[in-house]
Amino acid sequence: MDLFEHQAKELFAEYGIPVPRGQVAHTVDEARAAAAQLTGRVVVKAQVKTGGRGKAGGVKVADDADDAYQKATQILGMDIKGHTVHKVLIEEASDIAEEYYFSFLLDRANRTFLAICSASGGMDIEEVAHTAPDKVAKVPVSPLTGVDRAKAREIAQAGGLPAQALEGAADLIAKLWAVFVDEDASLVEVNPMILSSDGQVKALDGKVTLDENASFRQPEHAAYADKHAEDPLEARAKEKHLNYVKLDGNVGIIGNGAGLVMSTLDVVAYSGEAFPGTPKPANFLDIGGGASAEVMANGLEIILSDPAVKSVFVNVFGGITACDAVANGIVSAFKLLSDRGESVTRPLVVRLDGNNAQLGRQILKDAALSGVELVDTMDDAAKRAAELAAVGA
Amino acid sequence: MAIWLTENSRIIVQGMTGSEGTKHTRRMLASGARVVGGVNARKAGTTHEGLPVFGTVAEAMEKTRADVSVVFVPPAFTKDAVKEAIDAEIPLCVVITEGVPVHDTTEFWAYATANGNKTRIIGPNCPGIASPGASNAGIIPADITSPGRIGLVSKSGTLTYQLMYELRDVGFSTAVGIGGDPVIGTTHIDALQAFQEDPGTDAVVMIGEIGGDAEERAALFIEQHVTKPVVAYVAGFTAPEGKTMGHAGAIVSGSAGTAQAKKEALEKVGVRVGKTPSETARLMREIMQNR
Repeated sequence: MDLFEHQAKELFAEYGIPVPRGQVAHTVDEARAAAAQLTGRVVVKAQVKTGGRGKAGGVKVADDADDAYQKATQILGMDIKGHTVHKVLIEEASDIAEEYYFSFLLDRANRTFLAICSASGGMDIEEVAHTAPDKVAKVPVSPLTGVDRAKAREIAQAGGLPAQALEGAADLIAKLWAVFVDEDASLVEVNPMILSSDGQVKALDGKVTLDENASFRQPEHAAYADKHAEDPLEARAKEKHLNYVKLDGNVGIIGNGAGLVMSTLDVVAYSGEAFPGTPKPANFLDIGGGASAEVMANGLEIILSDPAVKSVFVNVFGGITACDAVANGIVSAFKLLSDRGESVTRPLVVRLDGNNAQLGRQILKDAALSGVELVDTMDDAAKRAAELAAVGA
Repeated sequence: MAIWLTENSRIIVQGMTGSEGTKHTRRMLASGARVVGGVNARKAGTTHEGLPVFGTVAEAMEKTRADVSVVFVPPAFTKDAVKEAIDAEIPLCVVITEGVPVHDTTEFWAYATANGNKTRIIGPNCPGIASPGASNAGIIPADITSPGRIGLVSKSGTLTYQLMYELRDVGFSTAVGIGGDPVIGTTHIDALQAFQEDPGTDAVVMIGEIGGDAEERAALFIEQHVTKPVVAYVAGFTAPEGKTMGHAGAIVSGSAGTAQAKKEALEKVGVRVGKTPSETARLMREIMQNR
């Protein structure tokens, strides 16, 4: 889970990392009030979970409260790479002498952590890393030894930071390591980490990615969930503990296992190319291993409540999941919907293989649900689901 | 023949007395695997599913001569369970548990490395390893395929089953589910190397997924070290950028890690990449028939 800049900075502040004073504003009036309170020049920063915000015009300097109101008017509601700006951070303007780059992250390839540090921070760090890689220090960090003050200083030195910034940077880096470990982050990034004209090293920006697998020991992270950005269907699916991602096509997909479901999306997309309107997958839904009839019914219910869905493809390979449970789930989902006076008006293509597949197929044949078709192979079933979506569109 | 897991493998289960541990211990026993005991410090000295429960991995190894451990303990306790297996120097530790924090996995991997990598770790968040007709350590269904001479290595559980099932008449030497987490013990490359050296394996199916660059690195390894034919499948061509699709590892950010990049890297070194799982099975069948 990614945090907004203001959340990252609030977290940094808890760990004693110097950040500029600031306040979040959801409206232009709040923006004016926040700027008035801070006094002097402020920076109005769009709060979106994507990079390239500055280049997109989402960060503007304002001279006073009225100017902050103007700038917030321009920024609130803006679209930055598909993210709508719902809030801005109003922050005191900093006197920047120099800009550096710093991050701790997971190095997947080497199965360890990595500190990245450079004296050439700011908006063009990726360009620097590309054209002058020697200016960007990459220092492996073992989870067994971690980063103490001395190691932090070493990293800052490796990044080429000047003498007057070393102590401040070492302090910031050591504290950032505490954030990284204690909060179960897979990324903490500060770009720019600045040296102010009065010699202070500060975090002027903050990017934090938290590991959702650690939520059992990080209960307070639940507060960071971004209700705004969540698709209503995704939110409902989450309540039912379903692993669902909304996409923009019209073939509903249910399967078991992340890999098989991703593969199902691909096969449906290929098949769709042959039909008018090129039907595409409408969602990702993984009912997981050992799924019960209830899970299947919940999943089907979510998918059918998406008006864009014109056909549904249920693709299950029974490993631990038993195909008879999947079949029973389909039957009970139909019953559940008809009990509510609704009916399943969109066709369902079902492919069952593996554990108890024969039994599952028989259950569906016996139930003779209208609109449910059994197809033997994944490729043929994907084709049929795409065809039905094209007809229904 | 097989890699890492043979008919002589003696398996213990860490977390055998829990519900998942119990269920899968039964399944492993039913498939003919030699499960010889379990580990649970609080239930040491008792029996479960007719098997002795020991207090530690070291004790279980000493009493049963076990050389494989399968871990089913909950995520909060997985790190300690794996470190215990490393301390006991058990040759193979298969971590089935899903949802292990990445800091914990990174830590036990560093611990294994610091201790000389005497324990091969598979997983976490994986279906385990199966050598059909010989043994089964994990949750891979035993009855979907048959013994044979194809090796398989995969990030995805159900796609492993799908391929094993489609090629059930040809059969497998060993199938290894390495898991889709960002940090894992055994990699595609480790498995490719072992299959290359295994006289019982003629060709390899490799299944990858978006995220990371493990497939790209595997492609380089194949070019330099693998002479046996390799067929690949990559899932996630239509996964949108920045959205996690279930596996923590299956997330695309930027251009690297895309399914297209992986496919191109593999094809560049002569690996045939199937467009669908079934087409991948067909490509492998052709190779095995033309031998």
